[in-house]
Amino acid sequence: MEKKLVSVANKIDAEATLKLEKKLLEKLKARARPLRIMHICGTHERAITKHGLRSVLPEELEVLSGPGCPVCVTPEKDIDLAIALARSGAVVVTFGDMLRVPGSAGSLLDAKAQGADVKMVYSVDDAVKVAEKFPEKEVVFFGIGFETTVPSNAAALLRGVPENFSFLASQKRTPPAIDLLTKDIKVDAFIAPGHVATIIGTKPFEPFAKKGFPVVVSGFEARDILLGINLLLKQFEEGKARVDNGYPRVVKPEGNVIALEMMEEVFETGPAEWRGIGQIEASGLSLRKEFEAQDAAKQHRDLYEKALEAIREKADKQDKTKKNCICASILTGKAQPTACPLFGTVCTPKTPTGPCMVSLEGMCHSWFKYNRKARVEKSRPKKDKKAGGPEDA
Amino acid sequence: MCIAIPGKVTAILNENTASVDMGGIRREVNLDLLGGASNALLGKYVLVHVGYAISEISEEEGKETLRLLRLMADLDAEESDFEKTNANGKEAGVCGK
Repeated sequence: MEKKLVSVANKIDAEATLKLEKKLLEKLKARARPLRIMHICGTHERAITKHGLRSVLPEELEVLSGPGCPVCVTPEKDIDLAIALARSGAVVVTFGDMLRVPGSAGSLLDAKAQGADVKMVYSVDDAVKVAEKFPEKEVVFFGIGFETTVPSNAAALLRGVPENFSFLASQKRTPPAIDLLTKDIKVDAFIAPGHVATIIGTKPFEPFAKKGFPVVVSGFEARDILLGINLLLKQFEEGKARVDNGYPRVVKPEGNVIALEMMEEVFETGPAEWRGIGQIEASGLSLRKEFEAQDAAKQHRDLYEKALEAIREKADKQDKTKKNCICASILTGKAQPTACPLFGTVCTPKTPTGPCMVSLEGMCHSWFKYNRKARVEKSRPKKDKKAGGPEDA
Repeated sequence: MCIAIPGKVTAILNENTASVDMGGIRREVNLDLLGGASNALLGKYVLVHVGYAISEISEEEGKETLRLLRLMADLDAEESDFEKTNANGKEAGVCGK
């Protein structure tokens, strides 16, 4: 545990970091009270689970994971559309995590195995390079992501893209989802996503503070998260709710103004579907009319409608196993992976049933990778507590 | 997905891109979201996400982070060898690397 805590420090003396983390934890324990704190970021969940923070936090402090993984909340419909485009002969290019997420019938990776041209990239710029390299092919970039990722897509489109490049947008804004959660579940405070806030700043989180939810923008080291929780507890001590910035080395109150302007120029806000949650008003970012020529939905309209029809037909025929997947409840902080009957048995990172297990930052994936012991203990009757690994469960 | 990695701008390649050193690995990074690749960013630390720098990591604000950490941990000046070890380095640890 201690070894893991120190391994993250960059140019910082390990011992001093450890001492600081111990102090932060000590203070946190002294300040603790029964609270449900929710973070909205897959990278936070990964850091919390990797460093085993839940195992050292006081019991009365519950840290919940919200819908903070854009891969996990990408609706099946959008994946089906990307697959339909790939099967029609277009080259579909997207981020690695997205390839394995199942749509209503298989994933992009399945489509690739069956002969469709699907490529993985690290950046939208790499997708543009694919279009430049294969001018005779239609290249569709399946652009998913939150506000952290959206500005890079805007920048690429503003710089100009080849004629054979189009953009299939499945992008989301996080504040509307947080707003929905404040009405839907029992939660006391929020850890705001640090890298989303890098772009949008701290202001969009202020309405939640006004509603009485303390908010802290936090970084991703163990000490950042311990600091963030301390700052939240301090707000409770003072009986106040505001937005504290615990990540000022990166996050400015106004955000990244250049990135925000680019986003505004290229994309417009509208309703969007979140997997497991449903439609959320003003949470989507689609291309403005001026960028119609780059909009895959408009460029390939016929194909789109055909695919949508097929999706509607398939909607009722989902297999039973998938229906047992409780990803929707996990995404909204209503359940933990250990409550899922498929977790660790049918559903593993090698054979994922739902998106929470597919994405490297999905809660189930993080828990399977870093929190297996807790899972085995929880999922077994007490007398079996010492029995073997999860594979024989 | 929103993971971002800090790195140092080591060379300006053209008006959009720079070479950024991320813990020994050099990558071409687009600086459009910081107003383009200008010489002013040379030697600065930036936070990189999907090939784009999304924020400059400022030394001054790094100090603010240290102040907050100390405040919350209740460490006084003598106890804080944390800052000393950090004086010549950037407070650049950002993601779970």
